[in-house]
Amino acid sequence: MLVAVASGKGGTGKTTLASSLALVAAEKGKVIFLDCDVEEPNGHIMLKPRWEKKEAVRVPVPEINQEKCTFCGRCAEICAFHALVVLPQEVLLFPTMCHGCGGCWHLCPAGAISPGWREIGLVEEGSSEGIGFVRGRLNVGEAISPPLIEAVKERCRPGELNILDAPPGTSCPVIRTVKGADFCLLVTEPTPFGLHDLELACEMVASLGVPCGVVVNRSDGDDRLIRQFCQQNNLPLLLQLPHDREVARGYARGIPAVKVRPEWKEYFAALLSFIEEGGCTGARTGGAQREGRHGQDYRLRESGRTGSR
Amino acid sequence: MLADCDVDAANLYLLLDPVVKSASPFYGLKKATINKEKCLGCNLCLHLCRYDAIRPGFVVDPVLCEGCALCYHACPCGAVEMVDHVAGHLFHSETRYGPLVHARLGIAEDNSGKLVAAVRKEARRLAEEEKKELIITDGPPGIGCPVISCLSGTDLVLVVTEPTFSGKHDLERVLDLAEHFGCRAAVCVNKWDLEPENTRAVESLCNRRRVPVVGHLPYDESAVEAVKRGRPVILECSRTMEKGILALWDQLKVLLN
Amino acid sequence: MKVAVCARESHINSPVDQRFGRCPYFVVVDVDSGDWEGLPNTGCHSGGGAGIQTAQLLVNAGVKAVLVDRIGPNAMEVLARAGIQVYEGISGTVSQSVEAYRQGHLKLLSQPNSPRHSRRGRS
Repeated sequence: MLVAVASGKGGTGKTTLASSLALVAAEKGKVIFLDCDVEEPNGHIMLKPRWEKKEAVRVPVPEINQEKCTFCGRCAEICAFHALVVLPQEVLLFPTMCHGCGGCWHLCPAGAISPGWREIGLVEEGSSEGIGFVRGRLNVGEAISPPLIEAVKERCRPGELNILDAPPGTSCPVIRTVKGADFCLLVTEPTPFGLHDLELACEMVASLGVPCGVVVNRSDGDDRLIRQFCQQNNLPLLLQLPHDREVARGYARGIPAVKVRPEWKEYFAALLSFIEEGGCTGARTGGAQREGRHGQDYRLRESGRTGSR
Repeated sequence: MLADCDVDAANLYLLLDPVVKSASPFYGLKKATINKEKCLGCNLCLHLCRYDAIRPGFVVDPVLCEGCALCYHACPCGAVEMVDHVAGHLFHSETRYGPLVHARLGIAEDNSGKLVAAVRKEARRLAEEEKKELIITDGPPGIGCPVISCLSGTDLVLVVTEPTFSGKHDLERVLDLAEHFGCRAAVCVNKWDLEPENTRAVESLCNRRRVPVVGHLPYDESAVEAVKRGRPVILECSRTMEKGILALWDQLKVLLN
Repeated sequence: MKVAVCARESHINSPVDQRFGRCPYFVVVDVDSGDWEGLPNTGCHSGGGAGIQTAQLLVNAGVKAVLVDRIGPNAMEVLARAGIQVYEGISGTVSQSVEAYRQGHLKLLSQPNSPRHSRRGRS
């Protein structure tokens, strides 16, 4: 099962949620944490994996045989990304501009271009307290991350719980991460910003046909804004994590929320059960708003099993 | 002059309560469509496309199509057309504080670097027109294409960080990027009192890299409250927060002159 | 010898443009005869790589020198490899800039004087 954790913007608590979820899931079964935020991978700070292997990720890039080249200029003319320049006696390549489409090597009239490879980043694998850990790391200055995200996702293990920590936003890297997931958790804050970003994120997830549920982070108990939105859009509001200075401090020091507040574990466990036991279908068909138990101490709401099953 | 370059999740306008004066479409790279009447079904495009953007039945998936036009050039029947594609909208608004240029990118659009460039260009044009000396640009997160777009040609990059491990980690990457592109940087530590030890670590990191730390903002409930109500923090925050923000501004003014 | 100047309009008396890749026109001036012609910059509307595309345009136009205000590293690399000289420090109009060039008031650039601009990409 593939569960993506996403949010409309950074800093809402994606990594907090994903790392705690992984720790709780690992107590019950096999779980693997895949950090798809390749521009700023952070999951390792919480889970502190021991690295076991790393592999370079390469993308295709043209190689020009200057001897065969007639300097006709065709490749520069067709390159939609302006990665090639043809001078009277030389062809220049700007590799970071190249999207690896292959236009130049397929269309070169002199057959002077062939596909070569270029490294854009690393995929590193390791483990931490029984949790499999994978992260992608984009080289600084690289602009094109989706191939690296795909490489991270290739490390998903069927039959296990795969938690994908998505990059923030709604643009291409997020789409690549969430696409094909079985469920997507959208993390938000109970502010007008949070709501605005949640709206965008929901639109994005809906366009991919992935069922989703909402988690409010830093809740102060008054989440009307988000609750209303969820009700209007038939989205399950699965969990409200309270605003907690100790958890924030723990995050600052790289300590996951459930280690600071072990009593939160049961809420993550309930969240997992919801997702694993058909929560997906419930959400996809816009299932009933799940009003669960209201944790008195922590003002947590959990989906529980009082849903439509 | 304000420019919101976090085009994936433009938020500045939520705080500044702007009146939109004009909107214009923003075009991304043209994308392929296949004219079925001309298509002979040879499958060549399907084999050539590296992005798996052509579905069986010769329908182009607009999310996957990157607009490389290989199919357009290669199609033996001329059945592929490259068509304009509205990727988002650019807005020019008026706020109490000055004009604001912001944008909204369509969902699943990947032209954010180009749209950032468009927002900045428009902001610069308006600033010249309205004789504004300072353009404040709200940048996107990360170190990717939109951020690169945002850094180019700026006089100063203010990097906002938190005294957390991940904050420090991200800070280093952003400073690398700024250095890579030859931009002058300064750092502001937000919620500095959350973990003063980490704040000191951030300071020594900046010191080592010769990047000035120009501000320390406290962890402050009043800031959270202000944001919740959709109000700029400076208008509704505690005295300490206000002092912090004013001190930051004073430091920035020194750097900018 | 042909020299290109970054310009806002397609005319010898046009104000110069500060940008290289995204200037709307070049005015190509023959410094020996004084003849000139406007050259629309087809690269200025491109998503990314405008500087690269613009440099290619000038290579194809056969100019020997370009007069600029700011120029980025990609464009600079192309022009340097093509043996096109780049001079910085233009202001006022195209004709004033060409005059400054004739009198040797402009500085020959060996390095780009502007950071890299937007690089489009799926990110």
